[in-house]
Amino acid sequence: MTSLLLFGASEGGLFDFDATLPLMAAQVVLLTYILNALFFKPVGKVVEDREDYVLTSRTEAKKKLAEVEKLESDLKNQLKGARQAAQKVITEAEDDSDKLYKEALALANSEANASREKVRREIDSQRESALNQLKLDAEKLGDLIVQRLLAAK
Amino acid sequence: MSHLRLFISLKMGTSPFLLPFAALEVGQHLYWQFGKLRIHGQVFMTSWILIGALLTLVVVGTKKMERDPKGVQNLLEFLWDYIRDLARTQIGEKVYRDWMPFIGTLFLFIFVSNWGGALIPWKLIELPSGELGAPTADINTTVALALLVSLSYFYAGLSNKGLRYFEYYVHPTPIMLPFKIVEDFTKPLSLSFRLFGNILADELVVAVLVFLVPLVLPVPVMFLGLFTSAIQALIFATLAAYYIGEAVEEHH
Repeated sequence: MTSLLLFGASEGGLFDFDATLPLMAAQVVLLTYILNALFFKPVGKVVEDREDYVLTSRTEAKKKLAEVEKLESDLKNQLKGARQAAQKVITEAEDDSDKLYKEALALANSEANASREKVRREIDSQRESALNQLKLDAEKLGDLIVQRLLAAK
Repeated sequence: MSHLRLFISLKMGTSPFLLPFAALEVGQHLYWQFGKLRIHGQVFMTSWILIGALLTLVVVGTKKMERDPKGVQNLLEFLWDYIRDLARTQIGEKVYRDWMPFIGTLFLFIFVSNWGGALIPWKLIELPSGELGAPTADINTTVALALLVSLSYFYAGLSNKGLRYFEYYVHPTPIMLPFKIVEDFTKPLSLSFRLFGNILADELVVAVLVFLVPLVLPVPVMFLGLFTSAIQALIFATLAAYYIGEAVEEHH
């Protein structure tokens, strides 16, 4: 037994090397394997799985966020287009109705004018015929008066 | 100071005829004999108890692991993360996975040994010879650990780089060769003696203070001892990882 005998001891001492050394080394190697199987591998798996999970969830979330942003901008564009289209439709409809109104108004005016003209012409012709009749009647009466006067004489 | 040393040295080794009230037994061992082999029984008894406690904690904590950690799993994951960071920073991204269990075992074993030696009142258990204490206060344990580290970094270097590993000895200039060779001897020497010296000194200081002033005064020293114990475990593991990292590092 190689014993470094210090402190004047015949046996033992602080630097007493013996079979404790290789046995302890073997024990620590064994402990390394046991801890590797019981501690380092399982805990490492759990921790790394979680790290992977967090990483993938994060990238997925980022992807989804980008998708959502894209969709949002798409929808905004669509909304803008729809609004413009609606505005256009409204203006067109307004123009159309305006035109129709004007046309109808013009038609009604012209019709009214035409019927007024017709009525006036009718009135005129009737008046003329009435005047002519009156003239004839007056001439007849005048003739009659002249004849009576002449007859009375 | 010389007064203290007198007390300790009286009980070191075998001088039974002086000062029967001295509480310190340094350098005395409980021998177990197996054929021609002799081992220090007290070292193995404490190390088995502490390893048992460590394994119990590990088994309890990994029994039902979930993605949302609860209870002991949190502690184990914290330890795992701590050890991974240590191994990764010292050894490097490429091979740290292979060495993480070894570095972690060194750290955990030394840590539970140091703290177990300081926190558990071993002295209440009477042994026929020697006394129970931190396994790391025995030179055999620390030399065993240090030699394992030496073997590991040689193995790491050779398995990763083959014979190119020996380029390390003449890097950056061949002048470094003798220093690098000496380093291979000083590395395990400093590793083992640093740990051994710190833990033994801590136990001795606490024991001497308790022996001299049993009240209050030893408490801050005990806290200091806990601090030292944790730091020593970290230093040992960090240096082991650093040596392995140095061996697998690629020179350009």
